[in-house]
Amino acid sequence: MITTGFRTLVYKETLRFYKVATQTIAAPILTAMLYLLIFGHVLEGRIEVYKGVTYTAFLIPGLVMMSVLQNAFANASSSLIQSKITGNLVFVLLTPLSHWEIFSAYVLASMVRGIVVGLGVFTVTAWFAHLSFNAPLWILVFALLGAAILGTMGLIAGIWAEKFDQLAAFQNFLIVPLTFLAGVFYSIHSLPPFWLAVSHANPFFYMIDGFRFGFFGQSDVNPWTSLAIVSTFLVVLALFAIRLLRSGYRLRH
Amino acid sequence: MTAIEISNVEKRYKSLQALGGVSLKIEEGEFFGLLGPNGAGKTTLISIIAGLIRADAGSVKIHGHDVVGDFRAARRKLGVVPQELVFDPFFTVRETLRLQSGYFGLGNNDRWIDEVMTELGLANKADTNMRALSGGMKRRVLVAQALVHKPPVIVLDEPTAGVDVELRQTLWKFISRLNREGHTIVLTTHYLEEAQAMCKRVAMLKLGKVVALDTMSQLIRRISGSQLVLHMPHNRLPDELQPLLNHPPEDNKYSLRINDYSEVEGILARLRMNGIAIDEMQLQQADLEDIFLQIMDENIV
Repeated sequence: MITTGFRTLVYKETLRFYKVATQTIAAPILTAMLYLLIFGHVLEGRIEVYKGVTYTAFLIPGLVMMSVLQNAFANASSSLIQSKITGNLVFVLLTPLSHWEIFSAYVLASMVRGIVVGLGVFTVTAWFAHLSFNAPLWILVFALLGAAILGTMGLIAGIWAEKFDQLAAFQNFLIVPLTFLAGVFYSIHSLPPFWLAVSHANPFFYMIDGFRFGFFGQSDVNPWTSLAIVSTFLVVLALFAIRLLRSGYRLRH
Repeated sequence: MTAIEISNVEKRYKSLQALGGVSLKIEEGEFFGLLGPNGAGKTTLISIIAGLIRADAGSVKIHGHDVVGDFRAARRKLGVVPQELVFDPFFTVRETLRLQSGYFGLGNNDRWIDEVMTELGLANKADTNMRALSGGMKRRVLVAQALVHKPPVIVLDEPTAGVDVELRQTLWKFISRLNREGHTIVLTTHYLEEAQAMCKRVAMLKLGKVVALDTMSQLIRRISGSQLVLHMPHNRLPDELQPLLNHPPEDNKYSLRINDYSEVEGILARLRMNGIAIDEMQLQQADLEDIFLQIMDENIV
């Protein structure tokens, strides 16, 4: 059931990032564009990951997904930490919004931001290579699941962190490595066996691999396997986040 | 009907006992004051009522709804004005109020929002960003936010701290109106005159315990009585009146404790019999401040 309270919180969370769109939308698009120009320029022609797919074409879906993930994470986490530190989270905590409504509103708004930035990155980078769309539904499914997972992680990080530097640590030591080591810039099959095995333990890898399958119809692992792993990961994280909200951990102590 | 029922609420922060078994019943339509020095536990108690923190033991019900078990119904009945001057810098005044209203499930509430803004003198700031408002204006918005869902119970934590005279008057006028219309008002304040003027009943908290709970008039009568101040530069107070002294005389001014105005006549008769002339005489009603100080002194734990 979609309640007015839930809708309002989604609206507030999207309005919040929209009001600072230069920072929340334009900046990450520019960053992705720079990655494409630099890595594309240096590596184009030297690496062929999939047969008949240029390196730039291979890189673009990775960059799009990376932007989706990082921005979905940033939205929930920075909104929460700011509200906690300035104290205005009380306006949400005083309301009859349920744990489930708070969880889904923060995650949905994060997904909106992730997808908007992802579309933006795609729009500016797609001109640099010939991309195919073998299975558009997989593209959509993995983009949405990935955004939901990172939105949930952002929510958890925002609940846990009490200071900006704690949140920065969560982002720099967990989110960024997991994203970069998930095969944004390369296929994990080019890695030595040990790192290949490590990469298989990284849930972010399956999001990016499945997403890329939607474009090229080729991937490192079967997209159904990725779908199962990614969905399970989302459910586990979501249950954990809702439990935190229900217990009032670091929000209502 | 009971507006707020607090039963044996306890809260401990590590070694500090913030609340040590507080029980209070506030009836619907009351104008209730929660007084006490800093650190007495007022804000902790309000936060537990509001569901912002969880009690270690005991329970709180708002209009019969438990603030933990039935929090959705409880919070719909409750409007809280927090003590801290918090705001969301992303939004204008009107956006802030619309959002707050939406969280309570009221999507189309502009009529009431406009009325609240007008009553609180915010109408011409409706489209101003929160960041651009003065402290007093931000305080008004906090009050407005607590009222968007027309809660029957309104809790104000130090609403007039650092607020100018004009806002204080606007605020009390509006709050009194809401009280007349049937809203229950609970407030904490450091300004005891304000509590004395507004509250019909008060609880005094000290070190997390209720040390006094009574109607304002009973409290003033019960504890301190009144005092008769006599200025007698040329005479000493007769011995038989010495036990009535509140404290040793200062500048030949004698302050005598009386419980009833009829006692004045007897005192004057004694003075006349001793041939004492009085230069000046004052009858002083005890006020909340005297009582407050007395109670806080008495209950040294």
